[in-house]
Order: sequence, then structure tokens, then C-alpha cells
Amino acid sequence: MTGSAAVFAPGFFSSGPVHTALALGGVVAIVCGTVGVFTVIRGQAFAGEALSDIGAAGGSASFLAGVAPIWGFLAASLGAAAAMEMIGVQRARGRDLATGIVLGGSLGLAALFLYLDSTLQTGTGTTVTVLFGSLFTLNSSLIPAVVTLSLIAAGLVCVLQRPLMLSSLNPDLAAVRGIPVRWLGVAYLAALAVAVALAALTIGAILGTALVVGPAATALRLTRRPGLAMLAAAGLGLLAVCLGVVLAYDSYLWPPRGHGWPVSFFVVTLVFLFYLFFGSSGPKRIRQREQGSR
Amino acid sequence: MSPTRPEPVTAAAPTPTPVLSVRDLDIRLGGRQVLSDVSFEIGAGQFTGLIGANGAGKTTLMRVILGLQSPTRGTVRLSGTGQDSPAPKRSVGYVPQKFLLDPDIPLRARDLVALGLDGHRIGLPLPSRSRRERVDQMLSAVGAEGFADKRVGRLSGGEQQRVLIAHALVSQPRLLLLDEPLANLDIGSVREIVALISGLARQQQVAVLISAHEVNPLLAVMDQVVYIAAGRAASGPTDQVIRSEVLSRLYGQHVDVLHVHGRVLVVAGSGDSEPPGEDITVTHTHGTP
Amino acid sequence: MFAPFMVNAWVVASIVAVVAGVVGFFTLLRGNSFAAHAIPNGSFAGAAGATLVGVNPLIGLGVFSTGSAAAIGWLSRRGRRDVATALMLTFMLGLGSLFLSVAPYAGLVYSLLFGEVLGISSNQVIPTLALAALCLLAAGAMYRPLLLSTVLPDAGRARGVSTTLMEFLFLGLLALATTMTVPVVGTLLIFSLTIGPPAAARAFADRPPRAILLSVILALVTVWIAIAAAYWTNYPIGFFVGSISAFSYVVGRLWTSRDLRLAARHW
Repeated sequence: MTGSAAVFAPGFFSSGPVHTALALGGVVAIVCGTVGVFTVIRGQAFAGEALSDIGAAGGSASFLAGVAPIWGFLAASLGAAAAMEMIGVQRARGRDLATGIVLGGSLGLAALFLYLDSTLQTGTGTTVTVLFGSLFTLNSSLIPAVVTLSLIAAGLVCVLQRPLMLSSLNPDLAAVRGIPVRWLGVAYLAALAVAVALAALTIGAILGTALVVGPAATALRLTRRPGLAMLAAAGLGLLAVCLGVVLAYDSYLWPPRGHGWPVSFFVVTLVFLFYLFFGSSGPKRIRQREQGSR
Repeated sequence: MSPTRPEPVTAAAPTPTPVLSVRDLDIRLGGRQVLSDVSFEIGAGQFTGLIGANGAGKTTLMRVILGLQSPTRGTVRLSGTGQDSPAPKRSVGYVPQKFLLDPDIPLRARDLVALGLDGHRIGLPLPSRSRRERVDQMLSAVGAEGFADKRVGRLSGGEQQRVLIAHALVSQPRLLLLDEPLANLDIGSVREIVALISGLARQQQVAVLISAHEVNPLLAVMDQVVYIAAGRAASGPTDQVIRSEVLSRLYGQHVDVLHVHGRVLVVAGSGDSEPPGEDITVTHTHGTP
Repeated sequence: MFAPFMVNAWVVASIVAVVAGVVGFFTLLRGNSFAAHAIPNGSFAGAAGATLVGVNPLIGLGVFSTGSAAAIGWLSRRGRRDVATALMLTFMLGLGSLFLSVAPYAGLVYSLLFGEVLGISSNQVIPTLALAALCLLAAGAMYRPLLLSTVLPDAGRARGVSTTLMEFLFLGLLALATTMTVPVVGTLLIFSLTIGPPAAARAFADRPPRAILLSVILALVTVWIAIAAAYWTNYPIGFFVGSISAFSYVVGRLWTSRDLRLAARHW
């Protein structure tokens, strides 16, 4: 048995679903990492989570409507982003609470839609698909749409990275310099909504935040410069997804045979492991920096 | 030389065992030496001001006294104990500098003060007339009857201050620590709060340590002062400590102390060729005082 | 609706509501909505794993709830807890999905996530009651120190109430409450029941005893309406719990802003 066959189970490189999974997952990982960097900087991980869970309602509704889930996820999270912007996400007080309530409401809706869907269709896997993703079953016809959306979201964030950085760290100073802080916030939120929707599509609505926030947080522990962090985050996300796909494919041979372990499990676990591994050097450095400056 | 305050009312004669005794305290924080060699004592009913600029270490010192942090050297002793650690915590009342009270919290001022009495006890509180009377008493002593039944989070800064003082004093502690209670109050409120605290302190014979970055509001009521600067402290009667020579030594540079109409101004010297340590008094000014 | 087979649902759900109302009051007070959202996610893996191994899910729930609570407490002491705990919890959810994908029981995902009150069996009543009693006793015991430590942490410490101890005790209480409430409402929606009613209650009650009582009443009403509605429409109970909680929260907020506006005019 050659070395590569030990790592890659037979048929890996020729499998269609694998190609699609790698392509879609890879692109999504890059987008999520890029956008996620600013999510972490702005301390808005909760917003990502909220958008993701609201996306769950959208995704499950789309099954009822007979539309491809991607549009359901997208519509729901963009709509939620708009609502958040109008209500004003910036107010810290009561924000957690309001977010939680909205989450609860939309998950309740998701419960309803999933139930309705199960009565209308024979498939019982919708719940799992919407909430935990199913990378291997995605149709390759999605690739153009996903790539376009990713380019828009990631492109937006890359182009705007400098003013975005300033307005995230010091909004008043940014405003004084003539940066339209509010519009930047809107643009960023829209990019986040798209990233979250894509993550929901690939690894599920309730797991998606890991792909957005995880690699980004890890990258930010390694470097403070946004450009480098975005690259690192994208790279880490890509690595997690590709490794995840490999492992998931291989797992068909692991017990219980013929079943395979979920891809999203691997991706999320890898993201978590990366964070722990690279993050262990983080706190000490930050602590040292603090001590040195006193 | 005009007096810095009215003819000194005799500071409460130092009691044989001071309520709080701090000796040779060294404190480090985050790898930095914050304070060294701090020593002072406070007796029952004595009002002590802890004066220092922002960042000088006032809050840190208070935290060490409260036992929330350990000093690297020295002892903090509360009367009644023979050990090095602060005494049974319940004999110390504390009004912290920062407190975030959410306006939505379902807790009235009255409830917060009641927690000062029995907040450390396990189990559900049984309605008790004596407890309610004690709380009412304390609330009126601080002038809070008017808003006793309003939610704590919805009171103004000054009103919250009063409630916290009531909370700290209701259990009749032996020592009361207040961390910069005057910082965010307007001038009128400052005077009221200072009078309130000193009145209650003498009434209950509580030893009071109150920190501030400005000495003037406390001048009239302080029995002694602990002045911290440049990591060191000078303590003693106010007129002995707030002097040019003492403060210059403390700061390690020339400092002038000016007395202006009964108030004190501590000003950094302008040059290096000035004679050290003579207090300067201004007895008259042009225009309205 | 009150047929014998439904009695279990009514009884267990009511017990769950009482606990959620009490524990939710403290959760809201401490601003710990995050933990209330996070611990159930962690317990999901526990329940899934327990089912896989063939053990009573309550045990899995209990172990993983406690573990998550401990991890959250430990991580928050070390500073930046948001990302670390969020990642830990998505990992737990992922782990749960792994267990469930391997287990033969297909409908378990849905019922673990969204609750399955109509499927409560009579042998669950006693354990739920016992755990609830434990929860309420614990809450009663730590009532005063927890209040003090939450509202005035430093002053509390000056009086001997350790903030760290209170944090861990509270998280333990939350873990216990999660263990017994998840089977009814599901991991994703227990949060709503724990947060919605207390949030509404605090708008109308200005002192702790009333706020707790009102919170419990609202939780009971929520659950009763949800069961009745689920029975009649066959829609999942989680949907009604989520919606009613959101609705009561909004009502509470509106009332509060009205309150504040009137008070402002007073000054």
C-alpha cells in the first residue's frame, strides 16, 4: 500500500462530491476567515451567532418553499443584518439579552419549519442538513453562485480593510478623519451576513460561527496586522476544511463501516484544535506585553 | 499664617488599640512597585483622608486593606485580631469606586441596604421587624427615604452614593472604606456627602478611610491624612503633612503648598533654583473670592 | 388534552417552568445570558453520547452540563472567554452530531434540539421532580449571597462573600437546571424559557421576591399555552416557547421604556 493511499482512502481524488466539497468548502473557508477577522476585532461574535441562527429559520423555510437552501440562508441573514442595523447593534446594554431573545424566536421558527417540512416530505434529514450541514451532498451547480458571493464579501472587506480597522478600534477618531463610520458598519455587517450564510450552507447553521470566528481568532493571536491576519485566517480555515473533507471521506472505512462521520464535526474540531494549539502562546505574550508597558 | 482649618477640634484621642493599623506595607501590581513603606493607624471615630493623584495607588491600597490583594511586605491589622490578616470581614464596610447598576435590575434601594445587613447569610430571609426598622433608620440617616422604594439602577449618582453608604454602614462595621466617593459629584453634593459621612462616622464611632484626589473637600472634617505620591506615603495630622517640605520630599521635587482662603493648593515648583519648603499663604485677592 | 397520557407532559413541563423561572431570574441578574445559551449546547453532546452508549440521557446531560459549566467558569477567569467558549461549544455540538449520526435512532436530533414534551414518559416524572427540588433548595440557600455578590461584587467580598465561589455555585445551579429542563424544551430553546419570562417579569416587579414569583408565573403560562397549542396544531412545542418568550420580552421592554419616560417627565 502506497503512502498516499494510507492517508487518502481509495477513490478520493476521483470522487465528484469530494471535488465539489473541496471547492465549495475551500472558498467558503477563505471568505469566513477574511470577514471573521473583523468580527473578532469588533467583538461582534455574538452578532455572527445571531445571524447564523436566524439563518437557520431561513434555511429551513427554503426547504418548504422548494428553494435551494443557500437563498434561504442568505435572505434570512441579510434581513436580520438589516434589522440589527436599524435597531442599533452598538448599544452594549441589553444587547446580549435582545440577541438571545431573537435567537430563541428564530430557532423556534426553525423548529416549526423543520417540522412542517418533515410532514410534507419523506426525508428526515432536513434537520441535520440545515443545522449541521452536509458538505458532500451539495450540488456542484452552486459553485458559481458561491464563488460570486464570496468574491463580493471578501473583496468588500479587503478593499475596506484600513478604514474598517480604524473605525473598529476608534470610531470617534475615524469619524473625525472623515470616514463614514455608519456606512462602513453596514457594509461590514452585510459581508458578515453573506459569510455566515455560506458557512451555514457548508457546515450547518449552528456550527457555522466556528468557521467565521475560529480561524480569525487564532490568526489574531499570531499577528495584530489585519492584512496578515486575514491571510492567516483564510489559510487556517482552508486547512481545516480540506483536512476535514479528507478525514470525513476516510471515515467511511472507520467504524461503523459504511456510514462515515460528519464533515462538519471534523471541521469544527480542527478549528477548535488550531485555536488551542496556536492560542496557547497567546495569553502569555499578551500578559508580557502588559507587564512590560507598566 | 492663616489657619488651614478652624481651630482644630481635638482629633478623637487616639484609642489604645487603633481600629486599623497598617505597618511597613509594600505593594506590587503587575510587576511594578506601587507603594512602599506605608504605615498609618486609624482609631474609632477618626476620619482619615487618603489623598493622591489618579494612579497613585489609592484603590490598590484599599484592596490590600480589604484583603482582596496581598502586600509583598508589611501587615494590615484590624483591632481584635492577633493575626496579620484583616479581621472577620463583616466588620468592614466598603463603598467601591465603580459600581454598575443596570436600570432594569429589580432591586430597590431599600433591598440593597437590607443586603448590607444579612447579605452574607445562607437561606431565604424571613421577614423581621427589627431588620426592617434598622434599614429604615439607616435610610433616613442618609436622607434616602424619598427614593428608598425606587430601583437602585434608576437613581442618580448622588442618590446611589447615599444608598451605598447606607448599605456599608447598616451592619455597624468598625471600619468604613470609601473609594473616591466624591469623584463624580457636583460641588453641592460633595459637601453634603462629606458632612453626612463624617456625621455618621462620629455617631457610630466608625473608623473612616476615604480616598480622594483633591484634599480640599475633606479639609474641614479630616482628623489626619495619608498622602501618597511617587510610590510613598506621608501620614499624620493634616497641617503637619500638607506642607511644602513634606510633600517636596515625597515627590522628590520642589512642590509648593499654598493656602488660599482656607483652601490648600499643591503646586509643582516652576524651577530648580527655588528655596525648598516654605508654605506660601495668600491672605487677600482682588475681586470676588 | 388532559387525557392520562398528557398528564405527564403537563406535570413535567410545569416543574421545568418553575425551575426555569427561578434560575432565569438569577441568570438575568448576573447578565449571564451567554452561559445560559452555552451550557445547554454543551449538554447536547452528553445526551447524544449517552443515547449512543445506551445510558440514561439524563446522566449524559448532567455530566456534560456540569463539565461545560466548569469550563465556562474556568475560562472566564482567564480573561477572554467569548471566542474560547464559543469554539468549545460548537465543538460540543459537533461532537453531538457525530454521536447522533452514528446512533441508529433518527428522530433524536430533533427532539434533543427542540424538545419532546409530548413524549415524556411517566418514569421521568420522579427524577425531574427530585432534581427540581434540589435546584430550588440550592437557589434558596444562595439567594442572599448571590444577590449581594452580583450587584455589588467588591462590597460583597469585603463582607466575606467570595465572588469566585458564587460564580461557580451559580454555574452549577445552571447546569443542574439545564439537565432537567432540556428533555422537555430542547437544548436550543431552553434558553428562551430561561430568559424570556424573567426579562418580562423585571419590567413589572421592582423587588426580588416579586420578580421571581412573576417570572415563575410567566414561565408556567408560557409552557401551558405552548403545550395546549402543540396539542391542537401538532406544531413543535419549541416554536411556541420561542415565540411566546420573544413576545413577553418585547412587552416587558415596551413597558420599561414607558416607565422610564414617565419617570423622566417627573424629574
